[in-house]
Amino acid sequence: MRPLTEDETKLVFEKLSKYIGENIRLLIDRPDGAYCFRLHRERIYYVSQDIMKRAASVSRKQLVSMGTCFGKLTKSMKFHLNITALDFLAPYAKYKVWVKPGSEQSFLYGNHILKSGLGRITENAGRYQGVVIYSMSDIPLGFGVAAKSTQECRHADPMTIVVFHQVDIGQYLRNEDTLL
Amino acid sequence: MASQSQQHVVENVLKQAELQEKRFKTTEVDKALDVDLDLGNLLAVDPNPLSLKEFKQNRESFLTSLTRDNTQLLFNEIWKLPVERSDDVIIAKMPEPTTILPREKHVPKDKPMTRWEQYSKVKGIQKRKKSRKVWDEEQKKWVPRWGYGSKNDESRDWMMEIPDNADPYEDQFAKKRKEKRERVAKNEFQRLRNVARAQRLKIPGHGVKPKALSNKPEVNMAIHAAKQSTASIGKFERKLPKEPITKQMGKRRKFDPLCGDIKKEHSRELAILDSMNRKKPKMDVTRAVNKEIQETQASQQADKGDRRKGKSGKKTKISKKALPKTTKRKKGGNSKKTRRH
Repeated sequence: MRPLTEDETKLVFEKLSKYIGENIRLLIDRPDGAYCFRLHRERIYYVSQDIMKRAASVSRKQLVSMGTCFGKLTKSMKFHLNITALDFLAPYAKYKVWVKPGSEQSFLYGNHILKSGLGRITENAGRYQGVVIYSMSDIPLGFGVAAKSTQECRHADPMTIVVFHQVDIGQYLRNEDTLL
Repeated sequence: MASQSQQHVVENVLKQAELQEKRFKTTEVDKALDVDLDLGNLLAVDPNPLSLKEFKQNRESFLTSLTRDNTQLLFNEIWKLPVERSDDVIIAKMPEPTTILPREKHVPKDKPMTRWEQYSKVKGIQKRKKSRKVWDEEQKKWVPRWGYGSKNDESRDWMMEIPDNADPYEDQFAKKRKEKRERVAKNEFQRLRNVARAQRLKIPGHGVKPKALSNKPEVNMAIHAAKQSTASIGKFERKLPKEPITKQMGKRRKFDPLCGDIKKEHSRELAILDSMNRKKPKMDVTRAVNKEIQETQASQQADKGDRRKGKSGKKTKISKKALPKTTKRKKGGNSKKTRRH
């Protein structure tokens, strides 16, 4: 376990800012306690300082996880967000997409969202903008990338892909073993 | 009667000859200046001035007649050449062409000299032509000087003598083959070196040369690397009497302390965030354009609705099923209030 280097921090922030933009500040400066980013076995954890200090006494091999795993750094130095980061992305998300109840399941099985399944979308979402996906009852389901801007969505064909699937809560079941 | 019919016949013949003459132009052509003829190239150059008046009057017919006349002159000259006849075809032997034509491609450059050619030129060594075949006393016949079937052909040695002072267990055949391979390789190397020299490329020298160590730190690094390059990573290397203890050289990764100053860490992260934001453009053009389009569309739709209301007095219902509902984003995230169109 170690703090991130400058390059790694930049990588993580760049990815996070696609979904929550400036709100990363709220993750760093929290009024309810000191939280920090830590790297452990190529995974980035967002963890409170208290827990981090306690976890420091566990040896590297024994330590499985702590705090919230945000994602992992690949060997080619790219940052992949994990489903576990959803709890922190959803409240601060800048761009949201609501999925109709009928196509909720399809999304949770790992499929892209079609125009026919699109319930609502935040105004002014650009193309390839990172979006957080909600059910119509405002339960965060995952996140993805807007395949079309909000404007284009209006005139799109019902079968066109509107949001590319990236991560969904179905992965808690599907990728249980590799989630940590 | 007879004389009359005879006269008739003569007249007829003359008439026909006249007609014939009218049909075919005469082979005699008169020119003020002689036409330059180059029979080898079948070329005729007419130095006579053109009569512009005629040319302007009827260009086509003038040019055709001029060409005919000159061609006639050329053919007259060709008929004067010695002619032979073979299989009903008349063949004239043309003289050498006198007009010098420029060549199409430029003159090829000399091939760059090889090193041996340069040397032999300086020393005045002449190339002696050797015959392709040589007399073989053993076989009592002419054999090629080199290559397949020559005296030096490897495949012809079915037995080889072990030379004096040589290791008796050494494979002489393998040795000969190796030597041959090395000679070929050397030749190829020299050929490539000649090519490289001709193209003014840098030529590598023989083998791996040690890098010149220019300054003290470089020498120190080299000593250190050499000492570390043992199976025990330099643990049992002997030391000189006053040799300084070398620390681990080379770059090492360094990380911040795990439980350091958390405030400092946060400020560092915020600084990174600021620097990232600074690089972003202030205005997103596509977004601005989209916004503009959206606003104009909304206002147009509102206008339409008003007009319809005014006309019919009925409330018009626009199908909204096809449109996705959009929500307005609020700063700070978690906004559940949404605006529906």
